[in-house]
Amino acid sequence: MAELSGAERVRSREGGVAAYLRRVWAVAEKDVRAEMRSKEVVGTMAAFALLAAVVFGLAFDLRVPRPELVVPGILWVIVLFAGVLGLHRSFGSEVERGTLAGLLLAPVERSAIFLGKAAANLLYFLIVEALLLPALLILFDVNLIEPFILLGLFLGTVGYVGVGTLFAALTSRNRAKETLLPVVLLPVLAPLFISGVGLTSVILDNRGTAEVWPWVGIIGLYDALVFAIAFLLVDVIWEQI
Amino acid sequence: MTQPIEPLIRCEHVEKRFGHKRILRDVSFTVAEGEVLSLLGANGSGKTTLLRIISALVRPDKGEVWLGPVPLSSAADGIRRYIGVVAHAPLLYDRLSGIENLDFYARLYDLAEPQKRIEKLLRTMDLWQWRDDAVRTYSRGMSQRLAIARAVLHDPPVVILDEPDTGLDLQGIQLLNELLAQLRSRGRAVFTTTHNLEHAKNWSDRVFELRSGHLHQIELPDRIEHR
Ligand SMILES: Nc1ncnc2c1ncn2[C@@H]1O[C@H](COP(=O)(O)OP(=O)(O)OP(=O)(O)O)[C@@H](O)[C@H]1O
Ligand SMILES: [Mg+2]
Repeated sequence: MAELSGAERVRSREGGVAAYLRRVWAVAEKDVRAEMRSKEVVGTMAAFALLAAVVFGLAFDLRVPRPELVVPGILWVIVLFAGVLGLHRSFGSEVERGTLAGLLLAPVERSAIFLGKAAANLLYFLIVEALLLPALLILFDVNLIEPFILLGLFLGTVGYVGVGTLFAALTSRNRAKETLLPVVLLPVLAPLFISGVGLTSVILDNRGTAEVWPWVGIIGLYDALVFAIAFLLVDVIWEQI
Repeated sequence: MTQPIEPLIRCEHVEKRFGHKRILRDVSFTVAEGEVLSLLGANGSGKTTLLRIISALVRPDKGEVWLGPVPLSSAADGIRRYIGVVAHAPLLYDRLSGIENLDFYARLYDLAEPQKRIEKLLRTMDLWQWRDDAVRTYSRGMSQRLAIARAVLHDPPVVILDEPDTGLDLQGIQLLNELLAQLRSRGRAVFTTTHNLEHAKNWSDRVFELRSGHLHQIELPDRIEHR
């Protein structure tokens, strides 16, 4: 990049991967710091997740002989819907306050903004899941805190956060984003949802690890695809604002 | 030593329409190093649209903007390091304090020694005593001062100010005047809009009005006598 004028008095540091990661980190940390003060996203998601768990508990309590049959579905349904509640704030708040332009005006790769946002969202999801799993244990007496279930949940969450952050960015300037986001998001999440439920069921049914790996593979592939597509798309999403 | 000064901002035959409305019809101008150019114009005349085009947020339908030797249409993200912007929205995060906001942007711009620079700017804009307060507790004028500090944080050669005088009290205007004089003396190219003709005259080497999609230069008789 050609120097535009004279020697710059306020120097910038060198580029490279470390600088890229510093920018990703800056975006993520900024989001988390603001969230720690407002608790807007995590508060909403956690309240929804716990209430939904209670509602499912009441709904299935009388009719289901073995809760292991329904708990995998319950876990993933709650994560799915709780996520939709939080994700639209990711860019929604930036658009409402006009700060998105501040991000886009900075010499920051669009992918770094995306990754920073996704990292913050991942943290919110993990916090909510850390509250949800014990709640399900108490309500249904089913222990989901097993290594493979946690691995599946983590990988699934990574993929979900990837798609969700991308779609949140795509819909952020739409006035109906709160309702639009779930409508576009849920069909795309179907493979993830099916694999997540499948994996969780395999473990709860004690069907052995050989049956787990295919599900892990599908979820891993989904994650890789999501982030590859996101990297291709982020540069054009904000072409015109 | 005389050498032809290449303009830092060169805007050539820029056109922009929204739907059927032709907002900018044929806009050309240059801003050289150490020059301040002000733009007047009625509400909705397209000033902000032009500023957004120069700051690489929006692409023109036709025409090209050059920053120094670089055409914006084919510039990489790195070009944004050379631009500082005050927009209508303050581009600040409500939940973060003044110092945290500047610190965040300093990291996006990857400044080598942000703390000194941030302290200096906060003191210059007379915000130091409120540095740790959340921006949502700031008054309109305090936010505007912080927005101005944010825009010049990375000391960009091209400074684009959309109505920087809104919400400022007399002392704030004074600070802004001093800042603009400083930017001029240090060879920055400044492009600013305002609704206040007096401010435009005070700040600028040249004043334009944007009317029906074209720029019209406004003569500054007293300026001409100065020279
Ligand atoms: N994204 C957009 N989509 C459609 N029309 C737009 C858009 N942005 C601006 N316009 C239109 O372009 C015109 C110029 O708007 P602009 O904001 O540039 O005016 P302005 O000169 O900055 O006005 P003000 O003095 O009120 O700040 C207006 O008629 C506005 O409605
Ligand atoms: Mg305007």
